[in-house]
Order: sequence, then C-alpha cells, then structure tokens
Amino acid sequence: MATNTQEIPALLDVRDVSKAFGTVQVLRSVSLKVSRGEVVTVIGPSGSGKTTLLRCVNFLESYDSGSIRIDGKEVGFREGGSRQRRGERDLAAMRAETGMVFQSFNLFPHLTAAGNIMLGLTKVRGKSTAEARSIAEHWLGRVGLGHKADSLPAELSGGQQQRVGIARAVAMEPKILLLDEITSALDPELVGEVLEVVRGLAQDGMTMVMVTHEMAFARDASSRIVFMADGGVSAIGPPRDILAAETDNERLRSFLARFRASHF
Amino acid sequence: MGYALNFNLIWRHFDKLWGGLLLSLELAVISIAIGIVIGLVLAVWYVSAGRMVRGIIAAYVEFIRNVPLILLVYLVFYGLPTVADLAYSAQTSFIATLSLYSGAYLVEVFRSGLEAVPRGQMDAGRAIGLTPWQRLLHVRLPTMLRITLPALSNTFISLFKDTSIASVISVPELTYGAQWINFNTFRIVEVYLVTTAMYLFTGYIMLFSLRLLERRFRAAR
Ligand SMILES: Nc1ncnc2c1ncn2[C@@H]1O[C@H](COP(=O)(O)OP(=O)(O)O)[C@@H](O)[C@H]1O
Ligand SMILES: [Mg+2]
Repeated sequence: MATNTQEIPALLDVRDVSKAFGTVQVLRSVSLKVSRGEVVTVIGPSGSGKTTLLRCVNFLESYDSGSIRIDGKEVGFREGGSRQRRGERDLAAMRAETGMVFQSFNLFPHLTAAGNIMLGLTKVRGKSTAEARSIAEHWLGRVGLGHKADSLPAELSGGQQQRVGIARAVAMEPKILLLDEITSALDPELVGEVLEVVRGLAQDGMTMVMVTHEMAFARDASSRIVFMADGGVSAIGPPRDILAAETDNERLRSFLARFRASHF
Repeated sequence: MGYALNFNLIWRHFDKLWGGLLLSLELAVISIAIGIVIGLVLAVWYVSAGRMVRGIIAAYVEFIRNVPLILLVYLVFYGLPTVADLAYSAQTSFIATLSLYSGAYLVEVFRSGLEAVPRGQMDAGRAIGLTPWQRLLHVRLPTMLRITLPALSNTFISLFKDTSIASVISVPELTYGAQWINFNTFRIVEVYLVTTAMYLFTGYIMLFSLRLLERRFRAAR
C-alpha cells in the first residue's frame, strides 16, 4: 500500500479571490488555507474586506476571480472551471455545510429560540419535528439557554440572542463556522458569555474563521491570525508573531498602535 | 320645522337593511380574500422579476389607482360583456371589480412589506441552506405579514365602505337597501340616519377586532 506523502488537503482553500463592488476593489487576490479543527481569526481596519471575504466563503456574495473550496468542492461554481454559477438548490445544499453567525444576530423574529434552530433542521436536514426539537434543546443547553427554548428573540438580551444565533449555526453540524464580529453589537458586559461559547466550540474541534476586534480572544483562542488591509491579506501567522509590537509590517504596526490606544 | 322623524316605516322594512349589511360584508370579505391572493402573487412576482414584468404590474396598479371605482364598476359590468362575449350577474361582476381593485392596492402594501424585511434575515435563511422558496415561505412572508397587518386592516375597512358602490348596478347591499326603502316610503332622513349608523357601527367593530388581532401578532414578534 502506498503511503500518502501529499500534504493533508485544507478544509477551506481560498485561492486568489478578487472582488470589486462597481469600481471599488474590495478583495485583492486573497488566499487562505484553513485546516480541520483550526481556529483562524481575521483582524483589520473597518472596510478592509473582512466581511466580504466571509460572505464569499458561503457564497452570500459572488466573486470575480479565484476559487474557494470547502473539503475539495468549489462552493459557488460548478466543477470544471467554467465559472458557471451553481443552481439555487445546489447552492443551498453547499451553504448548509457552512455555518454563519452575524454581527446583528439576524434571528427570525417570528420564531422562538428553539424554532430558529429547528427551521434548518426540518427544512434542510429533513429531520422530524420531534428530532429537531431535541437537537435544538441540546444546543440551547450547550449555550446556557436551556430555559429559553420557547422565548421569542424580542424577549432575549443581545447576548442571549447571539448565543441562539451560534446554536442555530452549529446545530446544522457545519464543516466550518464563520463568525463576523459577533460581539460588536453587544454591551460590553455581555461579550464574555458569547466568547465563552465560542471557546467551548473551539475545544470541541469546530473549524472556525472569525472576524473579531477582541484582540485578547484572538491571541488566546486562535491558531493563526490573518491581518487584512485594503482588501488583501497583509500578514498571516501565529498570534505571537502577528501581535508582536515590533513587527516590521508598517500597516499592522499602525493598526495595532491605534487599536491599543483606543482599547487599553 | 315641519318634518317629524318617524322610524316606524324603517323598522318595518329593516330586513332590507339587515340583509344588505350581510351582503356588504360578504362582498368585502370575498373581495379582500381574492385581492390578497392577487396582491401576494403579484408582489412576490414583482420583487423577483425583471423590468418588463415589473412594468406590467406597475401599469395595472397605476391604472386601478387612477380610475374612480365607480367607473371600474361600470366598465366591468357594462363594458366587458359588450366587447367580450361574457355573461355574469351584477354581484359577480362587482366582486370581480372589487377584487381587482383591492388587489392593486395590496400589491403595493405587500411589495413594500417584502422590501422592508431586513436583508440580514434573508442572509440568515440563505446561510442555513434554505432554498429561495423556503426562504420566501418561512422567513420573508411571515415577517412581511406582521409588517403589513395594519395596512391590511385599513384596506379591509375601506373596502367594506366601498361596497356601497355596488348599489349603482343594483346589487342589493346595504346602500341599495336604503335606496329601496327611500323610494318606497319617502323617509329619506330616517333611512339614511339608520344606514349611516349601521356603517359606522360595523366599521367600528371591525376596527376594534382587527386592532386586537394586530396586537396579538405584535406581541408574538
Ligand atoms: N454590497 C456592497 N456594495 C457596495 N460596496 C460594498 C458592499 N459591501 C461592502 N462594500 C464595500 O466594500 C468594502 C469592504 O467592506 P467589508 O467587507 O464590509 O469590510 P470590513 O468587514 O472589513 O469592515 C468597503 O469599502 C465597503 O464600503
Ligand atoms: Mg465587517
């Protein structure tokens, strides 16, 4: 039997992705590989393309060139390099493999906490209502909201809503979880409870790409940090290297300096 | 003042008014039901369609909104059977007219409701892998209905009042009943006082119950 000497293929493989909104170049040849079980955080100034990059990964946005593969499969376009967009049903099936948590929670306002989680389980995963309900209850318990299953989003605090948002995403058992500034809309005292949940998921081996301004979290919880500037990956590496004050990356240094000035 | 109010003749023919009121309600309910279907289908079509379909739907809405209802009633009842070889009762004709009429107003109501559903909710639906139809059915429509419920109630109440126009083609609804009593008893003041009270009272009950319903829906947001 031949031994496999090739490197283990990345779970997420972003290659040379570029995208413009009209005349504004938002992504400039971005490449990024994320292995199974890895937690990668993305930092960078506002407008540097972090959100757009995440949205391209589950094809909420299309992109102009390059490729994005999850588990070897092109996300938005048909196989064969024709850049022919997948059909809507096909796209929906691909998207079910990635979870996404939003800055503004985006819970379905007419559904309870459990209902928010159950919708995808019943309609996309084809589970029975009873089965979906028990999965929802399991995940609500995991995020500390076992007692809020029947509450509507409007009855929950921001931190609680975001924990439901996380539960909704992970209950689908995605291969990878995308988190976009999930604590930015929260009151400071509610940030901790949400980050705690993310830490727990990381310990369980969930693969994550997380855009954040929580530098302490990025330093402690991620295996690598990506620094984005002006639509490109300006620096990438382990937290120790990226957050070092003496980096010779000019933009990173000024970003961190400004960041420290405003946050410490 | 030589005119003495006398309601006796009105009460004697009250069945004309009562039956008329029930028919007015029936016309309003059937028309809004059909109007809701027309409005929903066209609004959903509008927000997902290209320029040409949008143009056609907009033309329908503009036409209906800029022609007086009474003219539409005449056009459908007298005009259409003349050009096309059709035959229908006055009542059917009126229901068709009022349905098209309310449909046009509701396209606008539903369209703006659909557009008011936050993008983030649709993104969340896409992110968990819902297909476009599932997103429409389980995410967009429920939120849109909550947003549009007050406008829907208002449309229904004004539609109920608009049923009085059916009297011009002799549909025996409430206003027609009032006219009949007037022609046969000459108690014009009394009959229109009673009829006005009936419209007001019914409209008020509708308003009250619809607002109650809205509040229950809003509580469930
Ligand atoms: N839908 C859009 N249409 C036009 N421009 C957009 C759109 N979304 C984002 N942009 C622009 O793309 C750039 C990057 O935005 P974004 O990815 O949100 O950055 P970040 O998340 O790093 O703050 C910004 O200049 C923003 O104005
Ligand atoms: Mg952003």
